Amino acid sequence: MLQREGETRIPAGCAISGFINRSGRRTNGSVIVNSIGCMHERSNGLGGGFAGYGIYPEYKDQYALHVFYDSSEARIKTEAFLDRHFDVVNLSRIPVRKNPNITDEPLIWRYFVNPLPTKLQDSQLDERTFVARCVIKVNDKIDGAYVFSSGKNMGVFKAVGYPEDVGDFYRLEEYDGWAWTVHGRYPTNTPGWWGGAHPFSLLDYTIVHNGEISSYDANRRFIEMFGYKCNLLTDTEVITYIIDYLNRRIGMPLEDVAKVIASPFWSELESGKFSPEDTEKIRHFRNVYSSLLITGPFSIILGFNNGLMALNDRLKLRSMVAAEKGDTVYISSEECSIRTMCPDLDRIWSPRGGEPIIVTLDKDAQERVGK
Amino acid sequence: MKKVYVNEDWCLACHLCEFYCAAANSGAPDMVKAFKSGKKPVPRIQVEEGSDVNFAVQCRHCDGKACVKGCITGALSIKDGVVVCDESRCVGCYTCVLSCPFGCIVIDEEGHRIQKCDLCTKNHDGEPACVQGCPNKAIVFEER
Amino acid sequence: MAIEFMNPLFEVIRDSDRCIKCRVCERQCANEVHKYDADLDKMISNEMTCVDCQRCVCLCPTHALKIRPNENQFRENANWTHQTMDEVYKQAGSGGVLLSAMGNPKDLPVYWDRILLNASQVTNPPIDPLREPMETKTFLGKKNQGITYDENGKAHYDKTPYLELDVPIMFSAMSFGSISKNAHESLARAATELGTFYNTGEGGLHRDFYKYGANTICQVASGRFGVFKGYLDAGAAIEIKMGQGAKPGIGGHLPGMKINDEISRTRMIPKGTDAISPAPHHDIYSIEDLRQLVISLKEATNWEKPIIVKIAAVHNVAAIASGVARSGADIIAIDGFRGGTGAAPTRIRDNVGIPIELALAAVDSRLRDEGIRNDVSVVVGGSVRSAADVVKAIALGADAVYIATSALLAMGCHLCRSCNTGKCNWGIATQRADLVKRLNPDIAAERLVNLVTAWDHEIKEMMGGMGINSIEALRGNRLMLRGVGLTQKELDILGIQHAGE
Repeated sequence: MLQREGETRIPAGCAISGFINRSGRRTNGSVIVNSIGCMHERSNGLGGGFAGYGIYPEYKDQYALHVFYDSSEARIKTEAFLDRHFDVVNLSRIPVRKNPNITDEPLIWRYFVNPLPTKLQDSQLDERTFVARCVIKVNDKIDGAYVFSSGKNMGVFKAVGYPEDVGDFYRLEEYDGWAWTVHGRYPTNTPGWWGGAHPFSLLDYTIVHNGEISSYDANRRFIEMFGYKCNLLTDTEVITYIIDYLNRRIGMPLEDVAKVIASPFWSELESGKFSPEDTEKIRHFRNVYSSLLITGPFSIILGFNNGLMALNDRLKLRSMVAAEKGDTVYISSEECSIRTMCPDLDRIWSPRGGEPIIVTLDKDAQERVGK
Repeated sequence: MKKVYVNEDWCLACHLCEFYCAAANSGAPDMVKAFKSGKKPVPRIQVEEGSDVNFAVQCRHCDGKACVKGCITGALSIKDGVVVCDESRCVGCYTCVLSCPFGCIVIDEEGHRIQKCDLCTKNHDGEPACVQGCPNKAIVFEER
Repeated sequence: MAIEFMNPLFEVIRDSDRCIKCRVCERQCANEVHKYDADLDKMISNEMTCVDCQRCVCLCPTHALKIRPNENQFRENANWTHQTMDEVYKQAGSGGVLLSAMGNPKDLPVYWDRILLNASQVTNPPIDPLREPMETKTFLGKKNQGITYDENGKAHYDKTPYLELDVPIMFSAMSFGSISKNAHESLARAATELGTFYNTGEGGLHRDFYKYGANTICQVASGRFGVFKGYLDAGAAIEIKMGQGAKPGIGGHLPGMKINDEISRTRMIPKGTDAISPAPHHDIYSIEDLRQLVISLKEATNWEKPIIVKIAAVHNVAAIASGVARSGADIIAIDGFRGGTGAAPTRIRDNVGIPIELALAAVDSRLRDEGIRNDVSVVVGGSVRSAADVVKAIALGADAVYIATSALLAMGCHLCRSCNTGKCNWGIATQRADLVKRLNPDIAAERLVNLVTAWDHEIKEMMGGMGINSIEALRGNRLMLRGVGLTQKELDILGIQHAGE
């Protein structure tokens, strides 16, 4: 019998794409659906998904939990758990449209929640850690329930199928966001589990990733020391946890996160390319955070509460192109998908391996859109 | 010019240099044949043994050249800094044997002529046989 | 004359067609096996004392010699083997404890050989080490310092002492006394050239070698030989030796006949007296005492040097390692039951301790389960025989490895396992001046550098095949390993899957 994510490790090739508008102007989800459609060949119909930021302005202060259930029993258990830990402001099924190419759908629910103040206080954790722990607990402990999106004013939509069909299924044309990312998957076997599709997310971090990292088990065994559980055994999951650990828990800026996970080579450090202070810092990273170095091919787009970061592995073993038009930045596996979104670009370039592209909302947009 | 030097700290007095030297200059294709057919070949290098210190001695190719000056037939000469013997001209007077302050000139196995170290210029390409055969780098061939 | 119950272990086969009677065998055998008989004009042998060190074979210019196991046999018996019977005869003759040297030679499982490595195919690319950077630099020490950022985004972090290794291979502890001064010099020079470290063992540091201090690990063992402030300050790190894989639970004994002027001066003990290291450190009867010694040594060296605690792989090694990790030590070194020794009681060497592969896997998993793997680096030794063993050790979870037997082999040792006799024909495990001289550090250091350089190349090839271009991404990466022919229990302990899974 075929094993699904979490029971075995499944390598996959992929397509990724995404864009962000720095001024916080919201764009319709249909744009990103079209963008991935032209990279159809890079997926094989076994997984697709989207992340949209700024899509829930009316519930921007609540955590939006998107949950897959295999059974109503799992839903009852999970809702009981949620009721014990959260104040559920709104709950509903996520509206979908029947699509002949999307089948075997689980129950898909959405909850807008606030942590219960008493529970939060008892836990002695900060709010985000509390929510993250709850999400990890549901995914780890409740059979048949899987929280696949848990940030504020953002959401993940994913399924087994080609990404353009997934977009149609979730009716993404009904959502507007200031940033979108998408993932089309090409796994090497056919598990057909919806939770295994990407993006992978924790809180407002989402990752779309193309590649197969060779450092996986070194990274996994390290990060699991810090309360994470890698249930899916996928690269995307472990990369998300690494970024969550470094960026959210340690407070490391994303520029430095990139220096940890795609660290410059020793030869680059010795070449005098970096300032003495940076050289010393990178040496420290390579000593202390050496187990978080990611090797093997990857191109990722990380979404977070006020921006996107794109990063290639340090040898650039996966294609990734970036482009700019006005206040919008595009990133994709292939130029064609960027041209689909915006044929007339100001600038297009191929980022170097290990050099991150970090785009954040402008200051006033951050205040307007709200984190 | 590269010459053979000894480092007495590392000489084990194993005497292998003597055997490699003798075999290399015997004209035989290998050591077994060199020593097992006819008279034993005589080495041009000799290990001096003491209680704590040992070292190999062969022609220093020195500045004094008493041997060259004393040679009555002109068999000994200096070519590119190497003291060599033209065996066809040696008459076996042994003047050189007596005059060498290092005792480095020896009488060949037939007892008619002298023979001496020529840094293996006549038999080997590259390093002299004693240097190649030394197991402990006690004999080296180098520029000093 | 009493009956000799035992037979020679070896036969000297001399091909008289080849032998030219150059007598190099005779001159080079400290055991006086070979002798030229002028009356017979031939070489003769006294095989009783032959240890099969191969010195004569290697130096014979005509390849006339072979040393073979003696074909003479006691009556075959699977239970009472020849060796078992020999040992009884030996003890019946001497009344003493049997002594042996080097690692456990018994036919017990070698897990390295039951573990296979992965390589990239299709879904991700192998990396060519000849064309792309391939990194094997390793840091040893605590990795739990953390980092904070101020409001301007400037990073603030403390640095605790660490060792920086250009290759994840160090030379394990061998004392001056158990090995010769020339052997020590060779290791020190090779470590310096390789950008790694060698270990003084418990014999102190010869005054000539202080100049190699930046690449020296100074050991403090139960005998405290040669330990004083200058010694502690001399090295890059200090290792507290709690145990040794070859002889867990017992100390050491360097006989007085080996304590010559130099060793006496270096160990700071009178010439000619036996140097006996007690089985325990008499100031460490429990884990809290170890903590005090760790802190004392740090205090004595101004908190500038990492402290290594070396333990033997014994049954509850994971729990012990956990205790050590909490003792303030920066690095744990674990020595497996195949690790070498200059001398150990045979019964201890052959029956005490566990394989390093299992110990390493158990320790690494335990430290991770407890969330304290970052508090220490893990170094393993005890028969790391090749670059493949190094790669497997690191993938199981080690930060670096210690090698000693391989290093001795590089210098000429042929594993005759007679170090305890002090008559090492290769000039390694001896203090006899005429024998020590046989090891020229110019040659031995170069051979050590060659060995480790070759292994480094091979490590890089294997890493590249796995699509890994930095050694830190291999550390603890057990997905890169598969077992063959192992039981489920063994796989569980190793934390790896079976081939085909």
